[in-house]
Order: sequence, then structure tokens, then C-alpha cells
Amino acid sequence: VCAASTPHFIDLTQVRHVVLVLSGKGGVGKSTITTELALALRHAGKRVGILDVDLCGPSIPRMLSVGRPDVHQCDSGWVPVYTDAQKSLALMSIGFLLEDPDEAVVWRGPKKTAMISQFVSDVAWGELDVLLVDTPPGTSDEHLAVLENLKKHRVDGAVLVTTPQAVSTGDVRREITFCKKTGVRILGIIENMSGFACPHCSECSNIFSKGGGEELAKLTGSVFLGSVPLDPLLGSSIEQGKDFIESFPDSATFSAINSISQTLLESLQT
Amino acid sequence: SKFIPHLYCPGTTSEQAGKSSSCQGCPNQKMCASGATKAPDPAIAEIGVKLSTVAHKILVLSGKGGVGKSTFSAHLAHALASDSTKEVALLDVDICGPSIPRIMGLEGEQVSCGLYVDDNLAVMSIGFLLSSPDDAVIWRGPKKNGMIKQFLRDVDWGELDYLIVDTPPGTSDEHLSIVQYLSSTHVDGAVIITTPQEVSLQDVRKEIRFCQKVKLPIIGVVENMSGFVCPKCKNTSQIFPPTSGGAERMCADLNLPLLGKIPLDPRIARSCDEGRSFLNVVPDSPAAKVYQSIVQSERLQRIHTQHTHTQTCPVPICPPLSSYCEFR
Ligand SMILES: Nc1ncnc2c1ncn2[C@@H]1O[C@H](COP(=O)(O)OP(=O)(O)OP(=O)(O)O)[C@@H](O)[C@H]1O
Ligand SMILES: [Mg+2]
Ligand SMILES: [Zn+2]
Ligand SMILES: [Zn+2]
Repeated sequence: VCAASTPHFIDLTQVRHVVLVLSGKGGVGKSTITTELALALRHAGKRVGILDVDLCGPSIPRMLSVGRPDVHQCDSGWVPVYTDAQKSLALMSIGFLLEDPDEAVVWRGPKKTAMISQFVSDVAWGELDVLLVDTPPGTSDEHLAVLENLKKHRVDGAVLVTTPQAVSTGDVRREITFCKKTGVRILGIIENMSGFACPHCSECSNIFSKGGGEELAKLTGSVFLGSVPLDPLLGSSIEQGKDFIESFPDSATFSAINSISQTLLESLQT
Repeated sequence: SKFIPHLYCPGTTSEQAGKSSSCQGCPNQKMCASGATKAPDPAIAEIGVKLSTVAHKILVLSGKGGVGKSTFSAHLAHALASDSTKEVALLDVDICGPSIPRIMGLEGEQVSCGLYVDDNLAVMSIGFLLSSPDDAVIWRGPKKNGMIKQFLRDVDWGELDYLIVDTPPGTSDEHLSIVQYLSSTHVDGAVIITTPQEVSLQDVRKEIRFCQKVKLPIIGVVENMSGFVCPKCKNTSQIFPPTSGGAERMCADLNLPLLGKIPLDPRIARSCDEGRSFLNVVPDSPAAKVYQSIVQSERLQRIHTQHTHTQTCPVPICPPLSSYCEFR
């Protein structure tokens, strides 16, 4: 619904599903999971968008290897950056707006809120099956601003990412409370970095312990979407901005991500 | 084609505040233009008096999440407090994701005045003010700033040799607040934590820029989760590969001291979950030895003896603390 009378209209009318990727804890792999889910969904033939609202540390442009493109405006808003000729994966990142990638964005909450409102509202996504929203860690200004603005249209729910150790699941428990308080449906929990298979002897080490995500899901009555192993190949693929799903289709990590994306898709369609 | 006009702020205390073209659309413009932002918050002076009995203040920072700031802060506090003649306090200003209570073995405790882990080691965190560990602190910036002000001004810190401040990731309210509120006292500097991969370093470089902007000295950089030694075959794997040369290269480029590289050790995560000091649990491990060597490093030792009264400047970045009321 376009409210032409207000300067900011939300062009999400052709976006079928909106999914937030959240985690109370930093560095657990929100951006990595967002990127990989987007790639997996694209490989499954879906049109996918990623909205990256991490003002202080936008990672997605690097993870998708799009460099530092100039963004352009059309009649219906800012045109996202497409990673492929078929335009099946669109990205809009706050990182695109920064003149100097090393510059620190030192903003207090109210300014971040104003910026995100403007940012979320003015992207011309066009037709999308799923829009994934990558967020910074925590439960603060950015999260509230994104919700306030997206809820005017729709938010299907949130995927919560955690690593297995209690220090991390503790933060995710707080994130669950956040979702309840703000009325966001929890689509499921993903445990990332669970178990590391030594490439030399294939001994499995639980570097950040194991099972915390699944346990948390049980404890809170949430869906457990699956676990993604700690995989250096995924890490370096993300570093180089390569499509992991294309490079390692036979890996256990790929099948984990793929099955998570399928489960997610099913839960969106019900 | 960069479309956000007020990306660059002239600074709330500058002549141009609220008047420059880049202020158009900034939520703080009116207040900046009114001149109200030029007056300092009286709490800054009060905190200066309050913390005059604290000899050394060290901030632990990182632009990136999950790199081990809290783990490092906790173990730095433990290591410093292992000298029973020193009084140490650990302050957690991660308002939305406080992990210090658990790491220090204090989860579920409820107090409003700080807690002692040991005779000479005190801890304060918002976690102690919550009624359950599931409580979410859904606060916007201004409220978080108010909390940090209270921590600094209203907690009875007493005579301390060290105050270690653990921060959340990023360069936002919590960071601006802690630097501003400490601006009338002496801060020794910041220890910056990173992991080896570029995804992390790209954010950490921003944090370093932030320190430079606010004139916060950098004590040094610690690379955490640097290589994993397989407990079975003893081969090292780079789980977070230093594709751009890791912290070593970044430190060389930016002319910063690298204090040490701490390997990934599953026992660290376990100790933190159990709220025990890894340095006591496995004192002979390679990771514990690196921790000790960092604490003993010349850069950190110099802090004990030196007292350079370089004050951090009250940060002229927008919007200021005085926007507390307007945006609440
Ligand atoms: N399953 C995995 N295997 C190996 N490396 C991983 C895995 N998941 C994430 N990583 C790596 O861990 C690091 C942190 O991940 P990422 O940047 O996605 O976390 P984040 O939650 O988005 O962090 P922040 O809170 O700072 O936004 C990255 O370098 C990423 O490549
Ligand atoms: Mg991220
Ligand atoms: Zn301004
Ligand atoms: Zn091995």
C-alpha cells in the first residue's frame, strides 16, 4: 500500500515474505547465515533480497563480493544492487552509503533510528519471494526502528542465530523475550559453529561446546531449524565473497544450510 | 549518489552545529542549532571526582561482535587481581547483552551496588539489575546512556588500582557515553580485540578510527581465536583464516602494538560457561600462557608506572547526551 501523501512510502508490496535474522550475541554468524540462506534460496529458484541494517559493521557487501557500488534512484526509490544478471539476489546495505569503508559510523540511537527509517522505506525491491534482514547484535535502536518500519507492511517472523555455548544462548534467551514483547513470531533457532571436524584427522571438536541451540529451542518451545558446523571452508568462502553453495555442493555444511532453508520456506508458506 | 545527506556531522560543539548543510534532516538539528549542545553534562565533572580514587582505567573494545571482549576483560581482571595487593573492578557496559555475570560465575545474582568475586575483585553489570536472565533490555540509546552514567557516578567504586570496562560491539551510544563520561578523568587507553579474518578486521579498523577521533589512546591489539590445535593430532587449523594478514598485518599498517595472539581453545568457552577463570582451570595451556604474557607485556606494565594525564576529549559527535530528554 503506497501512501503517496507521506514522503516515505514502503515499497514492499511485491515482497512476499519478510524474515529478520536476529541474535542477542555478536559474531555468532548472523551475516554469514543471512548470506548463505539467501544463496540457498536463490539456488532453489527464489527471488531473494537482503537488507543489511548493521550501521556500525555492515558485512554483507563483502560476503557477497559486490564491492562498493554507487546506488541509484528511480521513481519508486533506491535501486538495490543485484549480484547476478538474472536479478534473483538483491542487496541493499547501509555500507553502500559510506564514503570511506574504514570510517567509523559514530551515531547515537536517535540518529540511527532516523537513518534506518529512511533507509528501510525507500528501497525499490520489486518482486521478491523472501526479504532477509540482517541486523546488528542486541535489542536496541536498530531493531526497534526496523520493526516499526517493516511492520507497517509485514514481518513474517524472525530466525534466531546462536552458537552452542551458554554465554551465547543466554543472549538469545533475551532475544526471545524481545520477540515476545514486540510481537514478532519466532520462525526458529539455528545453531551455528557447532562442532569442528579436524581436516587432518577428522576428529570432531566442539570448540564452542555443542547442543545449546537445540536445547534452547526445546526449553522455549521454538522450532529448531538445524545446526551449521564450524567449517573453515565456509569461513574462507565468506571472506572471499564466493558462493559456498556453488563451490561445495557435496559438503555436510551445504546440506545443513540447504535443509534449514527448505524448512524455513515451508514454515513461511504455512 | 551517496544519498544520506547528514552522514557527516560537524560536531555538536562546533560553530557549524545544526547549521551546516549536512545537518539537514538530522533529528538533532534543532537542538544543535539552539546552542544547547555546547554546554557539558554536569555528570561529567561529578564522575571525575568520583573516579579520582581509581588509578587506572582500561577500556576493552572491538568493532566486531563475538570476538571475545568479555572473555578478555574477565581474564584481564582475574589476572590483575591475582596480585592480592591490587584492587580491581570490572564494569560491564554491554546493556543489551551483558555476559560478564555468567563469565564471572555471578549469573542470577541481584544487587544494585556491585558484587565481589574475590576480596579484591568487584564486578558491576546491568545483569545484576534484571529479575531473570531471560529479561531483555529493550532500550534505546538515551536510556542506555543514563544507565552508564549511573554506573559511573552512583556505584561506590572506592579505592581501585584498576577499573576494566567491557563494552558491546560497535561504535555507538555505549562507546560515546563511556568516553564522554570519563572525559574529566584519566583513561589509560583501550585494548582492542579482534579475530584473524578480514570480516572482523574491517569492523575493528572502524573502532580504531573511533579511538583516534575521540583521542582515546590504544594500548594495543589482541588477536583472539587465532588457530586451533587439534587435541588428537596436534595439527593447527585456521578456523578463522587471516586472509588479509590478520591482526599482525593490520597492526603493522596502522603502527599499533600487537599484544598477543590467543589460540582457540574449547576449554575457554567451557570455563566461561561455568563462570570459572580459565587461568585457574588450565594454567599451563598455551592460551593461558598468552593471557599471562599479555598482562605482563611491557605495554600493559607501563601503565602501572606511568601516569600520563592525557585526557580524552569530550566527543563532538552528534547527537549529544543532552538529547536524553528530547528523544526519550
Ligand atoms: N559455520 C561457520 N564456519 C566457519 N566460520 C564461520 C561460520 N559461521 C560464521 N563464521 C565466521 O565467523 C565470523 C563471524 O560471522 P558473522 O560476521 O556472520 O557474524 P555476525 O553475527 O553477523 O557478527 P556481528 O554481530 O558482528 O554482526 C565470520 O568471519 C564468518 O565467516
Ligand atoms: Mg553481522
Ligand atoms: Zn548533526
Ligand atoms: Zn586432528
